[in-house]
Amino acid sequence: MSGLAYAISDTVVLAKRNLLRIPRAPDLLISFTLQPIMFVVLFVYVFGGAIETPGFEDYTDFLMPGIIVQTMSFGGFVTALGLAEDLKKGLIDRFRSLPMARSAVLSGRTLADVATNSVSLTIMIVVGLLVGFTFDASFAEIVAGIGLMLLFGYAFSWIFAFAGITASSAEAAQAIGFMAIFPLTFASSSFVPVDSMPDWLQAFAEVNPFTTMTDAMRALWVDQPAGNDIWLAVVWCVGLIAVFAPLSVARYRRAVSR
Amino acid sequence: MSEPAIEVRDLRKSYGDVEALRGIDLEAPAGTVLGLLGPNGAGKTTAVRILTTLLPPDAGSARVAGFDVVRDASELRAHVGLAGQYAAVDENLTGRENLEMVGRLYHLGRKRSLGRADELLETFGLTDAASRLVRTYSGGMRRRLDLAAALVARPPVIFLDEPTTGLDPRSRLALWQTIAVRVAAGTTVLLTTQYLDEADRLADAIAVIDHGQVIAEGTSDELKDRVGGERLEVTLEDPSQAEVAIAALAPISEDDRPSCAGELLSMPMRRDRGGIAEAVRRLDSAGVGIADIAVRRPTLDDVFIALTGHAAEHEGAEDEDEDEEEQGEEREERAA
Ligand SMILES: Nc1ncnc2c1ncn2[C@@H]1O[C@H](COP(=O)(O)OP(=O)(O)O)[C@@H](O)[C@H]1O
Ligand SMILES: [Mg+2]
Repeated sequence: MSGLAYAISDTVVLAKRNLLRIPRAPDLLISFTLQPIMFVVLFVYVFGGAIETPGFEDYTDFLMPGIIVQTMSFGGFVTALGLAEDLKKGLIDRFRSLPMARSAVLSGRTLADVATNSVSLTIMIVVGLLVGFTFDASFAEIVAGIGLMLLFGYAFSWIFAFAGITASSAEAAQAIGFMAIFPLTFASSSFVPVDSMPDWLQAFAEVNPFTTMTDAMRALWVDQPAGNDIWLAVVWCVGLIAVFAPLSVARYRRAVSR
Repeated sequence: MSEPAIEVRDLRKSYGDVEALRGIDLEAPAGTVLGLLGPNGAGKTTAVRILTTLLPPDAGSARVAGFDVVRDASELRAHVGLAGQYAAVDENLTGRENLEMVGRLYHLGRKRSLGRADELLETFGLTDAASRLVRTYSGGMRRRLDLAAALVARPPVIFLDEPTTGLDPRSRLALWQTIAVRVAAGTTVLLTTQYLDEADRLADAIAVIDHGQVIAEGTSDELKDRVGGERLEVTLEDPSQAEVAIAALAPISEDDRPSCAGELLSMPMRRDRGGIAEAVRRLDSAGVGIADIAVRRPTLDDVFIALTGHAAEHEGAEDEDEDEEEQGEEREERAA
């Protein structure tokens, strides 16, 4: 087998390991799935009535693409927590002493996230439909939206991989993630129209990738004008992967268990 | 002579301004056990990490199984097994899944990995627990699984970092036996330990390391000779029999004249002279009544006192605590 073939098989072996743990320690996935459901309920029934969303059938149609973007961005937490734990337990030492691909521990993690993200994406779509979300899209557009979300989640998994292999503990990795992602999602078009924000925040929200991602999803799923958002969204994802995948692997090569 | 399985020259490593290794030299011929003996903080784990390519050295060179730890790092990994200081096993996998995963990552293929996993589970007495999640395992079981993981690919060289620390005596013995079997089959082992008796039992050669330097090396017997070897301590029933006892024991003593203070007679024993059994026979036929008789083996602390003139400083312990630390005497082979 060639180096690439080994890298792929090592990645699959480790992705399988990461997926096996999910039903065995389900608390992690449950909390990551329950939290966005709670957000949906909160925003649709509590804040929704007070938020004007001109051009949309109702607030639910406005909200679901945004909240799904937020949910996908958090999916990589499983990677950050898992890596931090592997470091603590000495497993990273074991992996680094094995003749396996240097990228496999990280790509096994991020690949497993794609599977868990598919599950939470499915749950979010079902919850959305239950609270009154309606697609205004062709089948191809729905599928493209799903693809874009999985790509976006994958890109964020690499950011979390970097955080997990760098942070001093699982708690620190978690804190860094929340501090960075929550403000970004709220200062975007995900939950409220950007027009309703003060000028200085609007300027930030316009260039925020969460705005680009949410607007791309609205173009695909509820027939909003697309502009360049879809292409820009893909470029953002590819760019994040291109930066954070090599950075994380470089970190991994020097990582020592604590 | 073929190349040694482990060859270390002037190896140095610092963490910031902590000099963990200040230039150590080590050598282990193929098929032997090299014991790295030293207290906490001596630099043992750092050495193991460099030799298994987890850490780059600052200076010096090291070859393992013919591969340079820096230049040939990736080939080297295919030829070594590591059981680190803390059991590195996945809690949320079963014992079998853990070993199968390691086999796959050594690129043994699925079938061979599974076969090897079952073989090793059997060897380490884990067959009954094979399908249980590791988080239900005891400390000893985890350790055994960790050691099994190091052996999955039958590597010619294995590194065991304090393999029995924290184990109960029975698990410890079982682990020693397994290691001995691997060595008999030709594996080279580098083993770190804080216990002289462990090095004694397993190692063909011992390097004593302290503050990042090798302060003594040799076989277990050679080291013990430097600290005075085994001492025989006899408590006499009747102190007035001291002279008779001294005469009876002189032939098996390293000293010309064993010393006796009150009823306690203490002397360094000559090796290969029948040990404690011979001492009892001699005292018996001389008609000396024995209240108590024991062999006191040198402990790591004795080695340190003999080699450095001070007790081993355990990391974190303040200097002034040293006096309070119990100089635990290991009394073994106590005769009835
Ligand atoms: N990652 C690290 N950063 C800073 N100092 C370290 C690190 N690892 C070990 N040390 C220090 O290096 C010395 C040797 O440690 P180590 O090799 O773990 O010793 P041992 O395994 O013999 O207990 C100790 O003083 C320890 O505190
Ligand atoms: Mg250590």
